[in-house]
Amino acid sequence: MENADENILEVKNLTIDFHTYAGTVKAIRDVSFHLKKGETLAIVGESGSGKTVTTKTIMGLLANNAEVVEGTVKYHGKNVLEMSEKELENMRGKDIAEIFQDPMTSLDPTMRIGRQIAEPLQIHKGYSREKANKQALEMLKLVGITNAEERINDYPHQFSGGMRQRIVIAIALVCYPEILIADEPTTALDVTIQAQILDLMKELQEKISTSIIFITHDLGVVAGMADRVAVMYAGKIVEYGTVDEIFYNPQHPYTWGLLNSMPTLDTRKGKLESIPGTPPDLLDPPTGDPFAARNPYAMKIDEQKEPPFFKVSDTHYAATWLLHPDAPHVDPPDAIKHRQEVYAERLKKGTINLGHIHSTGKTSFGADNDDAIGE
Amino acid sequence: MAKYLLKRIFYLFLTLFLIASITFFLMKLMPGTPLNNQAKLSPQQIKIIYEHYGLNKPVWQQYISYIVDAAHGNFGLSYQFSDQPVSYLISSRIGPSLQLGAQAIIVGVFFGIIVGSLSAIRKNTWIDGASTFISILGISIPSFVLAILLQYYLGLKLQWFPIADWGGFSYTVLPTLALAASPFAETSRFVRTEMVDVLGSDYIELAKAKGLSRTGIVWHHALRNSLIPLVTVIGPLAAAIMTGSMVVENIFSVPGIGEQFVKSILVNDYPTIMGVTMLYSALLCAILLLTDIVYGIIDPRIRISGNEG
Amino acid sequence: MEEKMNLAPDAFEPVSKKDELDDEKIVAPSRTFVQDAWRRLKQNKASFIALWILAIIFVVAFTSPITASHPNESNPNYANLPPKIPGVNINGLNGTSVVAGKRVDAYKQNHVPSKVHYTLGTDYLGRSLAQRILRGTLVSLLIGLFATLIDLIVGVGYGIVSAWKGGITDIVMQRIIEVISSVPNIVIMVLFMLVLKGGMLPIILAIAFNGWTTMARLTRAQTLQLKSQEYVLAARTLGESTFKIAIKHLLPNLSSVIIIQTMFTIPSAIFFEAFLSYIGIGIQAPTASLGTLISDGQKNFQFLPYQMWYPAIVLSVIMIAFNILADGLRDAFDPRTARR
Repeated sequence: MENADENILEVKNLTIDFHTYAGTVKAIRDVSFHLKKGETLAIVGESGSGKTVTTKTIMGLLANNAEVVEGTVKYHGKNVLEMSEKELENMRGKDIAEIFQDPMTSLDPTMRIGRQIAEPLQIHKGYSREKANKQALEMLKLVGITNAEERINDYPHQFSGGMRQRIVIAIALVCYPEILIADEPTTALDVTIQAQILDLMKELQEKISTSIIFITHDLGVVAGMADRVAVMYAGKIVEYGTVDEIFYNPQHPYTWGLLNSMPTLDTRKGKLESIPGTPPDLLDPPTGDPFAARNPYAMKIDEQKEPPFFKVSDTHYAATWLLHPDAPHVDPPDAIKHRQEVYAERLKKGTINLGHIHSTGKTSFGADNDDAIGE
Repeated sequence: MAKYLLKRIFYLFLTLFLIASITFFLMKLMPGTPLNNQAKLSPQQIKIIYEHYGLNKPVWQQYISYIVDAAHGNFGLSYQFSDQPVSYLISSRIGPSLQLGAQAIIVGVFFGIIVGSLSAIRKNTWIDGASTFISILGISIPSFVLAILLQYYLGLKLQWFPIADWGGFSYTVLPTLALAASPFAETSRFVRTEMVDVLGSDYIELAKAKGLSRTGIVWHHALRNSLIPLVTVIGPLAAAIMTGSMVVENIFSVPGIGEQFVKSILVNDYPTIMGVTMLYSALLCAILLLTDIVYGIIDPRIRISGNEG
Repeated sequence: MEEKMNLAPDAFEPVSKKDELDDEKIVAPSRTFVQDAWRRLKQNKASFIALWILAIIFVVAFTSPITASHPNESNPNYANLPPKIPGVNINGLNGTSVVAGKRVDAYKQNHVPSKVHYTLGTDYLGRSLAQRILRGTLVSLLIGLFATLIDLIVGVGYGIVSAWKGGITDIVMQRIIEVISSVPNIVIMVLFMLVLKGGMLPIILAIAFNGWTTMARLTRAQTLQLKSQEYVLAARTLGESTFKIAIKHLLPNLSSVIIIQTMFTIPSAIFFEAFLSYIGIGIQAPTASLGTLISDGQKNFQFLPYQMWYPAIVLSVIMIAFNILADGLRDAFDPRTARR
């Protein structure tokens, strides 16, 4: 389209509270990120870290008890949070589409799948039923349903979980949306099916050139999918960067923990690492770094002050006091060290082509530039 | 499907047979006889009367002939109206009862659906509060109280409708309203619960993500999914209407089965009681079977897999 | 920006890690299931008011043998007196009634001594309606409660046995329920009443006999679900006796289903009592129940509406309160609906 570098979606300083009987849950705190045309951004975090709330906000589908305290969500410069219900309806499904976690429950059990796929076309493009059905059939073929002609009139329960997720993807992509939000699209599926669905998504992304926001708690899935990764913890983004930077040069102890708890081929110890403790109660988030209580590298400052973003590279920022120039040098866990060594090697060889990198430990302070995800 | 249907029909007849047997032996246990109030009769007369009603034979013979007759729709002679066959009593009175029952179900379910869906769509608003309260009233106020109030205020005071008796359509209005209260309330509560459930489901979320408008979502997705299970409560609703009809028909002097039943109870007219019991049970069984079949037809999940039900 | 970062000199000292972190730490305050349900119930204002109304009705009804000791004392001279509360001059409460288009003081007409007054009037035999309503409410409540109690014991027992034994036992037991529920419940009760004749115990049995099937079904469904749960499996593997498992593991987990169903059963039992008494095969004269009172009152409704209005209102209020409370309890016990 126009400028390839344009941010089609910009989320700035998003802060969302949920008013519940128990009190105000600070679900999202000062979250900022952007999305460029054709790229895949992965948002990674534990359940309850605010990933899904973020996507609901982008879709304008927040629950009634949610309050946007601050921030903007701009789609092509237009603030989604200020759109009328009519404008939102026009945007949903046409410009921004979403697929959900559980394909077993996200299809209407009493409607033929063909009709369900055709529905967005009829709403958004004003297609006749016939024309919409025809295109739905094409879409069904595209997502790899065999015998599409016969199966288009089947009901959801006649399909397996993997097939249903393909149908959900067909529904989401039938209008060729500019952004596809995939909220844990493979979590409910068998591992073998997971790979198929991921491949399908990548394939379709190229075919119809859509951008993807990929929500997951599974870093393993991210590696093959994403261009950039944002790690969320307790309603905040704690680190973001390119996929290589996050995987091979992680800076935040939480990211270390996540990577460490990921099974890899060379997990020899026979025991998976875990991050001790539980996420904080967002009804009453602790002062300072919310991760401090679980952070083996925690310092006094962590319990007093929330860390700002420190710049690691032009594309890589992390919110941890460890990156402060005055902070003592700490030894990350062995596995992480190993990753960083690989990263340094690849940097030398030039197989990593993203941004120049500051030596670890000596990082410049996070001044906002165009690329920055706020502070 | 055919196999399932056959099995169900077999069970239906088995059930009816069991009910017939149980009611027969229950009636044998009863203290009353057709001669209850005629203790002054001579033994000769009593013998004649017993022969007339077939009460002189051994119990097992009576039982067999009762079952055989019942299978032919013959429930013997009424004690109450001498020599009138019970089957004639019933068939001459079934019309008004069926009409009232059908009208009450249609009216009750129709308005129940409207109020219940509105309530769910506007959950936690005053509309929801008001319709919930109306439904609670409908469930809580006994049909006989409602019938009396309707009769007095709409019939006697305002004279909008005839107070009692059976004639044209206008005579059916008040009894229908009195009978419809309970199905209305049950339906609206049921639909509300179902619809709230459906509106919170993932596929409604997906429908929103597709860009459907609120009305589009309700119309294309929510309504169908919440109304399909409604079929399963038609049976219980019919049973409730049978209960209600006994007093409502009485209050409005409708010449129906329910009114007949109450009269028979009060005078120990056992053949009629048994006949009406069998009729009610057969009706209810048929309705239950029918709703099961209908449910299987309209719910695609059951339609295809065809098993159980 | 650097100024803002005025950090204490010891800011970067590591924090000594205290004890092991608890991986299973639950941050929300821990409440037992019942506490949680109670808290949610209290939030539901309608249910809470209903609960209080019922509490008051219960206290008033259960003290009525003392406060209303002569419900059957008839006084033909004082028949059909309208309600009169001394000092209140509102038509309907001042002892006047409309006769032939004119409002007259019924007390004066019948030469009732001025200190005699009936708060809710009298019936056709000159019995105090207030006393009869109080005692009638007690009778209705007792029947409702005992019928429900029997329902509860039979239904829960039946349901658990049916689900636990499974196999052919389950099939047979379910067929029995199916047969019973193919007969309209009112017919079952009428047959029962015909066999047993009137009186409180037969009514209780008749109502209980028709109600337990629902309870049994619900219990069975819930038990089937629980049966496959790991903790029940664990208890079985460890060799606990079936009876102990039922008491220790099943009942507590069935409790919410049982309590909710009980709350719906009580008003329906009270309704059926009123129904049977209304059509004349329930409570027999001279004992009063809300059903007989309404039935009596209905005969004179056109001229002495209070005779039906008062018992009808009491009956309706009890039913409404129970139904609202039951609704509230269902929401309170079912966290799935509670969050909505």
